[in-house]
Order: sequence, then structure tokens, then C-alpha cells
Amino acid sequence: MAARIQSVERAAAILQLLAVEDAPTSLGQLAAGLGLAKATTHGLVQTLREVGFVDQDPDSGQYVVGAGLLELGSRSVDVHEVRSQALNWTDGLAARSGEAAHVAVFDGGQVRIAHHVFRPDSSVQHLETGSTHPLHATALGKVLLAYDPRAVRALGSGGLESFTYRTVTERSRLLRDLADVRDVGWAASVEEEHPGEAGIAAPIRDRGGHVIAAVGILGTVESLCDARLRPRASLAAQVTAAGRSISREFGHGREL
Amino acid sequence: MKPSYVAAIDQGTTSTRCVIFDRQGRMVSVSQQLHHQYYPQPGWVEQDAEEIWQLVCQLVPQALADLDATADQLVGLGITNQRETTVVWDRATGLPVSRAIGWQDTRTAPLLSELTNGFDVSELTRRTGLPLASYFSGPKLRWILDSDPELRDRAERGELLFGTMDSWLVWKLTGGLHVTDVTNASRTMLMDLETLQWDDELLACMQVPRAMLPEIRPSMGNFGLTREPVPGIPLTAVIGDQQASLLGQTAFERGEAKCTFGTGSFLLMNTGTEPVRSRSGLITTVAHSVEGEDTIYALEGSVAMAGALVEWCRTALDLIRTPAEIETLARTVDDNGGCYVVPAFAGLYAPYWESRAQGMVVGLTSYVTKGHLARAVLEAVAWQTKDVMDSMNADAGTRMSFLAVDGGMTANNLLMQTLADVLDVPVVRPMMAESVALGAAYAAGLAAGYWPDRSMLRSHWHRAAEWRSTMAAERRDEQLADWHKAVELSIEWGRRPAGGG
Repeated sequence: MAARIQSVERAAAILQLLAVEDAPTSLGQLAAGLGLAKATTHGLVQTLREVGFVDQDPDSGQYVVGAGLLELGSRSVDVHEVRSQALNWTDGLAARSGEAAHVAVFDGGQVRIAHHVFRPDSSVQHLETGSTHPLHATALGKVLLAYDPRAVRALGSGGLESFTYRTVTERSRLLRDLADVRDVGWAASVEEEHPGEAGIAAPIRDRGGHVIAAVGILGTVESLCDARLRPRASLAAQVTAAGRSISREFGHGREL
Repeated sequence: MKPSYVAAIDQGTTSTRCVIFDRQGRMVSVSQQLHHQYYPQPGWVEQDAEEIWQLVCQLVPQALADLDATADQLVGLGITNQRETTVVWDRATGLPVSRAIGWQDTRTAPLLSELTNGFDVSELTRRTGLPLASYFSGPKLRWILDSDPELRDRAERGELLFGTMDSWLVWKLTGGLHVTDVTNASRTMLMDLETLQWDDELLACMQVPRAMLPEIRPSMGNFGLTREPVPGIPLTAVIGDQQASLLGQTAFERGEAKCTFGTGSFLLMNTGTEPVRSRSGLITTVAHSVEGEDTIYALEGSVAMAGALVEWCRTALDLIRTPAEIETLARTVDDNGGCYVVPAFAGLYAPYWESRAQGMVVGLTSYVTKGHLARAVLEAVAWQTKDVMDSMNADAGTRMSFLAVDGGMTANNLLMQTLADVLDVPVVRPMMAESVALGAAYAAGLAAGYWPDRSMLRSHWHRAAEWRSTMAAERRDEQLADWHKAVELSIEWGRRPAGGG
């Protein structure tokens, strides 16, 4: 049997320790937990940080499991493949809801539009495919935040930018909103990115159930919401149904 | 009361689908399965008709089950199919006697004059609307019968039946009704385009026994009830896939056109009740017909390789894992790096009709990467479309102000942008990219009275996306000239004495 490499064993132990800790962990806690000198632990954890397996909070200096590690197990999905699988169902969603439909993926800390279907009326519209939007101010982004740990990580620990007076800038409220998204299975944003505009979105899952993208509709507040600015349940049902149908194209809910 | 729907079976070149639509023309359920392609020799493309039928037996119940609906909720079923693909089966056993010969198969290319007994080509084109090319069914059928004297004997005795995929499926679905529709029959090279009947002289020159031919019927009408795999569904339309997508795009009026990007790409223009003869290498074909009404004709520019070229990059070259990834690969570079691909795998169709032309990659240097090749592949699809659109404009004496597109490849945004750049007109995708299945459902639903009239269908048409040209005219002209040079080389290569087989 080949000799065991001590530093690999120690690096694995650091990751195991960080994985079971809910809260960010300081260098001192790590060193104590592993029974190692702080200097040794520092060398190991900084190497792990450089390869992306550990993230370090810039303010507190504390450590968490890195986004790179989260991505390791998930098959990265091709954005063009997502569009190709979504095509028929987003057409149906736009036709049924009377609103513009989008598919979006998490990309570089933002929401990137992977597919855009025009609102079914005769107005002049332009393709927004490829454009980026803030995670916390859009329905599509909230879906990605709710289900994709990389997205939450990308929010960082700083303040949340305000785009309108309705943008959720308070972190604790956003986290409550995201818990609601996970409970009901869809997200909404009402005048949170642009005044007068609302969105409803739902997750797209792969065969194993991982959320790989979001599908949603975007329209005026009047058409998407009731008089009390609550998203219309019938539209939310259409969006979640589209999400389920596209997920099925990726094998979700078909036999394993 | 339970809602009612119409269904379409879309029997395509690489896959078969059962799609169910609601009264607003929205897809509510779809099931799909791929079937095998066999390439036993260079240029040969075969399929197993029995395998396709077995898939249909799974797909229809699956589409109903996914919707939680039953057969009595289907007011009509439309069959649409890959055209020209030639099936011969045994009337008694219901089994094919050989593999079906695919439409892209070029085995008849060097034998065409022989297979038509030297019949005058211009008269052939006048009568059928078709150029003499390996694409069409008649010479394929003769090749099958010539391949085995026993088959010919049995065909003469009336024991064997011929059909394109529509006939095969209707025969199986209804338990023995042997019919085809005018759109499919117009692709056999055996039908007179004006009488819409089998032409005895053409049958004689291609030595096809009349007893094996299906009855030619209008595309929309009563084809009876299904018996298998789900009994009791009214079969109300049979129509070739490209003609179906013309309906799916609601191109009901003369002058309206569409281009579908599937295995091949097909530009069709509705020419109204008169067959228009092309001076530019297009096909004159039947668009559709309704029992008791005048037949509607179309001009068609057919391109053999579109999606099939991307599929070749996936299966033969292993460049990509899924067809959609061709866009990812192509976007790794900004241009084609000087590289052009002429995909003459099945010869070149419109407007060239060079059955012996062979595929070519030109402009290779050490600079060229697989990203450039992927670009060149997408550009080849766009340039071929440009060639047929220019021919269409010449024949119609007008200039199309936009191109209505559909088919699975319209999900490829880079292809759509390239197309707009090359054509220099806006490219518009309607809200239902699956216009083949939609058109068959429209045909079936109109025949069944599900929709009162065509104007209602028009109200379903909305643009889902639009791309506009961003290319400088000078650059377009330079690249077009390069493309045409590459096409010439591909034709020349096919003509060399040793090759072209």
C-alpha cells in the first residue's frame, strides 16, 4: 500500500471540520479542533483557500467551505442546453400567461438570462438573452439564492444594493424570504429591481433534483399582482408547472 | 366536462413524437423517442420502420398519461412525417421486407438515369415538380425491387405494399387502410402534380407495380378511427412535415413562407392554387389540400444537412456532448478563422441539385480550432439558407421582408443571429418552435371542426424572438463569395472519375 500523505489527511480533516460547522470558523478554532499548531493550520487552510475549496470572510477572517467545493459534485450545466430543453415550455408559459418568459442561470455572482420569449402582443421587444441582473432583487435570482449555495455565497457579507424603495436590502429579511421560497416552491419580486415591474419564478431541476436554473415571467405589477400587490396564485401555478415540465426534460421525476 | 384536445404524431428523421395541443394551440403534453439510423455503406441511410411503429405504440399512451387524459378527449389525430423515406412491407404479415431507405440516402445518385429508363428530365420536372435527384422516393422504391427478383415478383402479385412513413403508420394505426396524402405523394416522383394521381407513364418508367401503391387522398379529411395502439381516435389529417410546419406558422395565404431547421432545413412558400414552376432550382410541391376544396401549392428550397451536420459533430467527431453545445463551442471564438464547411453529405439539394457532390472542409491552417469548425458548421447552415432564399426571391419576383423560422435548432441563438447577419433581413421565431407538430394538429383540428376557421389559428401566432443583422454588407459579400467558391469545389470533387459514388 502506498504511503499516506500527512498533509492531504490534514487538509481533508479541515474540510470535514468546516463542513459540520454551521457558523464561520476562526483559525484558532480550526487549530484547536485538529490539535495542530496555528502556523501549520494556517498554511493548510490558505492553500485550500487558493484552490477554492475554502472561503475566507474578508472582514472577520473566518473560514467556511468554499464555493469551489460545492461546485465539484454538481455537473455544470451548459446554458445553451438549458435553453434547448426549455424552449417548448417557455413558449407555452408566455402564451398562457400573456407575459414575457425567461430562463436564467447563476453566473459570476449574478443572474444571467439564458433564454427570453417575448410577451405575446404586437409591441416591439428586444432579446435580453445574455443580460445580467442582481440576485436579490429579481424573482429568478431569489430562486437561485434559495436553492443554489453558490448563489448565496456570492451575495458576500456586505450590504445589499438598493434599486428601488422596495428592494430587500436587509439580510435577515432576505433570508426569511428565501425560506418562504423553499416552502412554497416559487419566488416573486414586486418592484424590487424596476418600479412598476414584477416577476414570478420557479426552479428548474436536474435528474438528481439539484436546481440548475430558474424559469419565470416578467410583467407589470398590475398584470402579475392583485390589488394588494400579492402575486396572482394562478400565474405562480403556471410558472411552477413550467418549471416542473422543463425539469422533466432533464430527467427529474422520470425513473432513475 | 373534461377538456378536449387534438394530437399529432410527428414522425421525424431522427425521432418520433406524440404531441397534444389545447384549443389555444398550446402544447400540453409531449412524448418523444429517438430511433436508430443505419449507415451500412457510404451515402446509405436506413431506418427500421418496425422499430418506429413500436415507438409510436409507446408514445401515444405516454402522452395521454402525462396529461392524465383519455382517448375520448382527442377529437382528432394528425400524422406528419419525414418525407420521401421509402418503406416496403408485406401485406399479409405487416412486416417490412427490408430496411426503409432514408430520404438523404444517395445510393440512387449514379443510377438515376437508369432507374427512370432515361425518361426526359425536363418532362419529368414538368410533370412532378421535382428535379431528377436521389432525394425522392420513386427511384428508391425501384432500387429495392431491383435488389431482389423475388421482391419484384411478390410486388407484381400484389403481396407487397409501398408507402412513405405516413402510409406505413396509417396502415398500422387503422389496421390496414393503405393511403397517403397529396403532400407525401408529391415527393415520390410518381404523381402528376396537376391531376394529383399516380402517373402510369412514370410508374412504367420506374417499373413500379400499381398494386403496391397507396390511394392518394387530400391532407385533411376522414381517415377513420385508430385501432392501435389506442383505439377510437379519429384520424383526420396526414401531411408531410414541411407542409405541416407551413400550416403551423399559419402561412395560409399566397406569398407567406417559413423555414424549418431540423435534420435538414426547408424553406417553403405558399403559392396559392397554381403550381409555380421554379427557374432557380426550387421544388414545386403540394402545400396541402382539403376534401372538396382547391389544392394549395408551394415552392420549396430543400437543404439536406442542417441539424444532421451538428449531430455529425456530436456522434462522428465527438466534438460536443449534446447538439446545444455546438453554440458553446462556437462561442469560444469570434469567427470561422477562414474555415468553411460544405455539408454535401447527401449531395447538394436546392438550388444546386448535385446528387454526387461530396462534403468538404476548406481553409484549414494551424490556426483553426474546433471552435472555428463549430462556427463554420453553423455558418454552413446559414449560407445554405441564403442560397435557397435568394432563389425563392428570384422565383417569386419579390423580396422577403423577414424570415419566419421554426424547429429545434431555433434554440441556437448564435445560429439565429448568424442567419440574420447572412440574410440581411430580420429572423423571427414564433411562439411555437415545434411548428411541424402544431401544423399537423391544426390540420387535424380543422378537419375535425375543433377550430371553426383559420383566422382563429392566426390569432395564436405571436413572435417569441427576433434577430436583426449586425454584419457589414462588405463582409457579407466577401464571405458569400468564399462560400460559393467552396460549394464549387465540393461539386467538382464529386465529379472526379474515381469518386462520387
